[in-house]
Amino acid sequence: MSDLNGQADATAKRRLAKRYAAERRFRLYGASAIAVALLSLVFLLGSTVLQAIPGFTHHVVTLDFDLDATKLDPAGTRDPAEIGRADFSRLVKVSLREEFPDVRDRRERRQLQRLVSTGAAYDLRDAVLADPSLIGSRLSLAVPMSDDADLLLKGEIDRDVPEGDRRVSDRQVAWLDQWVAAGRVERVFWTRFFTSGDSREPELAGIWGAMVGTFWTLLVTLLLSFPLGVSAAIYLEEFAPRNRATDFIEVNINNLAAVPSIVFGLLGLAVFLNFFGMPRSAPLVGGVVLALMTLPTVIIASRSAVQAVPPSIREAALGVGASPLQVVAHHVLPLAMPGIMTGTIIGMARALGETAPLLMIGMVAFIVDIPGGPTDPSAVLPVQVYLWADAPERAWVYKTSAAILVLLTFLIAMNLTAVLLRNRFERRW
Amino acid sequence: MRRIPFILAALLLAAPAQAQDAIRIVGSSTVFPFATAVAEQFGRTTDYKTPVIESTGSGGGLKLFCSGAGLDTPSITNASRRIKASEVESCASNGVTEIVEVKLGFDGIVIANSKRTGRFDLTKEQIFRALAKQVPIGGKLVDNPYTTWAEIDPSLPTTKIEVLGPPPTSGTRDAFVELAMEGGAKAVPMLAALRKEDKNQFKAVAHAIREDGVYVEAGENDNLIVSKLEANPAALGVFGFSFLDQNADRIQGSLVEGVEPTFENIADGAYGISRSLYFYVKKAHVGNVAGIEGYLDEFTGDAATGEDGYLSDKGLIPLGDEERAAVRTATLGLSLLSLE
Repeated sequence: MSDLNGQADATAKRRLAKRYAAERRFRLYGASAIAVALLSLVFLLGSTVLQAIPGFTHHVVTLDFDLDATKLDPAGTRDPAEIGRADFSRLVKVSLREEFPDVRDRRERRQLQRLVSTGAAYDLRDAVLADPSLIGSRLSLAVPMSDDADLLLKGEIDRDVPEGDRRVSDRQVAWLDQWVAAGRVERVFWTRFFTSGDSREPELAGIWGAMVGTFWTLLVTLLLSFPLGVSAAIYLEEFAPRNRATDFIEVNINNLAAVPSIVFGLLGLAVFLNFFGMPRSAPLVGGVVLALMTLPTVIIASRSAVQAVPPSIREAALGVGASPLQVVAHHVLPLAMPGIMTGTIIGMARALGETAPLLMIGMVAFIVDIPGGPTDPSAVLPVQVYLWADAPERAWVYKTSAAILVLLTFLIAMNLTAVLLRNRFERRW
Repeated sequence: MRRIPFILAALLLAAPAQAQDAIRIVGSSTVFPFATAVAEQFGRTTDYKTPVIESTGSGGGLKLFCSGAGLDTPSITNASRRIKASEVESCASNGVTEIVEVKLGFDGIVIANSKRTGRFDLTKEQIFRALAKQVPIGGKLVDNPYTTWAEIDPSLPTTKIEVLGPPPTSGTRDAFVELAMEGGAKAVPMLAALRKEDKNQFKAVAHAIREDGVYVEAGENDNLIVSKLEANPAALGVFGFSFLDQNADRIQGSLVEGVEPTFENIADGAYGISRSLYFYVKKAHVGNVAGIEGYLDEFTGDAATGEDGYLSDKGLIPLGDEERAAVRTATLGLSLLSLE
């Protein structure tokens, strides 16, 4: 008897040990899945941040410019329009020539000029226009270096490889070292990256144009999708009869939420551009297309927020004589608002990251001027990332990563707002 | 049904936005980096708005360009190949009858690999044998059996054939197939004979790239191909010369028929895989869209497309002086395109 008992005991123990082992294994699987996800996130963010750091800074060199009145303003009128038309790139060339008077050969002079960005002339013009009294004197101004010179100074171009294999020649390296030794070169935080529009030169390009374009696009998206989405959700939840027609609509809304975004782009091209003749590349059209795309998300989130309001509140309101409209406007909508806002913000965050639908309506374009309104041509942040990733110059790699970081910052800020709203205002019954 | 209020709202917002103020340009992704540089310079040095340029590919650009003559259609399209007769017809049927053609320069297509391994020296025939879907062996067309370079020619390394290149939608791919693959096929006697008999059959063989994983379509992004070459020294990559120019410290261009892809060799035509780049202008828009004349002037001027122009810094290989002068005169005089 006791023998039998002992045997049963041993079997049970073995089985128990097996179950514990299975339990531990299961937890291990789960933990390793999370570890893999975390590692890839760290890798992705880490490599982007590392590459973005050189993109946020730039080297400037301080040069002396002779602001000769006979060249800048021969008539002596001090008329800004007249001064603005003067050949400032000539002044930059003259200044470089004075800097290294022994450089006579034409090819070498060109090499020398390539150390300084073409933006130097624009900066010089801006400085003179801001203070016309400078004309006739000498001005010491820090101007941006070219992308190649900048990358060499940052160590991104290896100076140990043979001369023919790098974009900066030995002669240029020597000039740069001379400037550095004289303390004329400085690495500064590159604010131009945040204040200017797109450019063909990496050192002059900025994301402000794309940010303004994103603002107009998302504004149109919000103005369309929020009121429409919320009214649709409230009607479907509170007023619509339950029948085949509403079932059909509901199925369609759920399906639309899963439609790939490029399809909305094609719809935008066919309906808004070709049929209604709206302008290409405009945030207005982009906003409408993205509104169509986010609408199902907003409707679904709003419906579940409205559903979560307990029926007792509606019944109490009806019981004291409120009309159905008053029930919705005074009680259901305010109580559901945090949930609706969260859903809307998440929908907008998705719209913020889209390029595919915008490709079809011409928003993937090189646009330098900052858009002044929703009908001006403009790009958006993810489009800017896409365009820069495709450009040949090496410096764009770092600008691309920097732009990705800006985009991620906006996304995280929006998602954080959604979480905060939910935590702050959500009520549980 | 739910969309009706929307469309109305959209219409109301859209109504005042019909006027066109910036020049609209579409077209080739190869010409895009050059056209954008000119557009920016034009925008900064004149009082006109900076032209808006979309990178749609040569074919897509011509389609948009030919969609109508109205001012809401693009005024200029860039192309990394010449306009086809069929496209001229489709343009004409939509009312675009007067087109000005501008040849802006050359672009070489390079076959490059990582600096960490030896430089390849290929003939066009070897390129064809490595990448064609079907190759002639022993007088018969068979599915490409080659897996290493040495199997094609003992003088080549024994490494696996692995080539990263653009997808069929790309103009670079079109030009590569036409110049390198077709050129190589012509060097094979059996295919040269086939070409005389049945041109279509020949083209089908010469233009078909193998699909067994040896040729990897790496997307339109040439930067991606460059970084993949760095990670994988055994692979070769096919892309435009400007990307080799920018990354010469990391990758090297293979010799083709013994000629190195350098600026000079492409400019004088010694390097065999190069093509002309064009853009097309709607004559009807000149004078109606502000600034087109100025843009043409800037683009064909010495400062941009001259031998030492800023576009040559960006990797464009300019035309010879005489041809450039002729192109400039014809462009500024708005001479019309004729396909002879």
